Amino acid sequence: MKKVLTLPIREEDIEALHAGDVVYVTGSIATGRDDVHRRVTAEGMDSPFDLHGGVIFHAGPIVREGEVDQLISVGPTSSIRMEAFQAQFIAKTGVRLIIGKGGMGPATAEACQKYKAVHCVAMGGCAVSAAGQVEAIEGCFWRELGMPECMWILRVREFGPLVVSIDAHGGDLFAATRAQAAARRGTCQEPVEDSVKDYMTVE
Amino acid sequence: MTRDEAQSRMADVMERFLTLACRRLPDDVYEKLQECRDAETSPLQRVVYESYFENLALAQKLDRPCCQDTGLPHFYIRCGADFPFIGAVEDALRDAVRRATVSSPLRPNAVDFFTERNTGDNTGERMPWLHWDILPEGSDLQICVYFAGAGCSLPGRAQVFKPADGYGAIVKFVFEAVSGLALNACPPLIVGVGLGHNIENAGVLSKMACLRPLGTSHPHPKGAKLERDLLAGLNGLGVGAQGLPGERIAMAVHVESSARHTATIAAAVNVSCYTHRRGFITFHADMSCEQSSYKGVTL
Ligand code: SF4
Repeated sequence: MKKVLTLPIREEDIEALHAGDVVYVTGSIATGRDDVHRRVTAEGMDSPFDLHGGVIFHAGPIVREGEVDQLISVGPTSSIRMEAFQAQFIAKTGVRLIIGKGGMGPATAEACQKYKAVHCVAMGGCAVSAAGQVEAIEGCFWRELGMPECMWILRVREFGPLVVSIDAHGGDLFAATRAQAAARRGTCQEPVEDSVKDYMTVE
Repeated sequence: MTRDEAQSRMADVMERFLTLACRRLPDDVYEKLQECRDAETSPLQRVVYESYFENLALAQKLDRPCCQDTGLPHFYIRCGADFPFIGAVEDALRDAVRRATVSSPLRPNAVDFFTERNTGDNTGERMPWLHWDILPEGSDLQICVYFAGAGCSLPGRAQVFKPADGYGAIVKFVFEAVSGLALNACPPLIVGVGLGHNIENAGVLSKMACLRPLGTSHPHPKGAKLERDLLAGLNGLGVGAQGLPGERIAMAVHVESSARHTATIAAAVNVSCYTHRRGFITFHADMSCEQSSYKGVTL
């Protein structure tokens, strides 16, 4: 059965999630990437949209701007770019769900445990499907940052699939995958190094 | 045909071609992606690939770019010395980009340095990015279009080694690049490796390696073997689509090389994500044209 989180997300909803779970989300979510994170943390500005129990989506959509803005496509961007800001962002805004792409770092993982939040990955590159799960653009803040960087408020229904990558119990799917890749790297890399050992020999 | 007519025809065609190329994957990439899907067994990987293919189908059905990051437009051009409208090409491509940004639409991604303003139309200082090769014979203009997204540009790197480091340094360098940030670049990837003598020559070659049609290999048997060995090695890391646990982090590894300085070995790695939006189109001297990346599609 589909596991759907409806906003606002409570602490116990977060406690129930574990790295590797597949979930969907319903409610009004905010997009925010490099510039939004920098403003809210390094530049000390307040988030123009209340994120308590909410979702920050690392994404820069394509919007056909007009009297009514029309969402053409939206998808996750690499979350790791926000690592420098994310922990402080969680602490300051009370956001519970971070949606992005790829893993994040130890500071975010720690903040997820401390403040009860999770990081999920949406499927990168699946922007048309994702846009189909957005019912409406409800607002836009900080438009001067440009279309990809400003904060769009999107009303979504059963938005997903999202894979929980960092949970609030110390689980981190990408860290685990990375660790496994690091452990296997020797075995995978050595035969290739071996095969080029005599490549410097003149033919 | 006057130069102005040629320029406006090329801009029209290229606007349509850009629109096509950001919506669907070239046939060779689509087939390879299916192959990668079939090699995966875990439920999580199945979820990812289902999303991939559903999204690609929807992009065509709804006539929209398949990924929101339509990147920055790159054009790798091979121009026959006798192509009559060489002077019209750059302006035509710039126009096409500007127009496709509105009509497709493409996400405006171009930000000029120092002003730090988004130009709003995907053109800017030296953007679109053009790379020219002049062919000594012929009157055809071959253009390879590529949308360079951010996630897949981020892992790119280049380094110059000493000959004493040997080819082993290249292997290590590729493994480092791919097992690092490339996990975030929406695998399965096309890994382009450029081998040369300094960073910009290796860098350009790494890009050309990415753009090579799938199923082709390096002309030297040792180069071709290195491509196969690297692919097998990388696909043993236990990473699959979206950088989640799985079997295939890469669709292909391509190596391109130039002669090197006797005292240096330069290597560059450029990766391309699963939405490898790359299309080939050829203009003839009379400005008729054909594309070769999407079977059954007429422009
Ligand atoms: S890496 Fe490629 S598929 Fe993934 S979000 Fe970026 S452009 Fe799209």
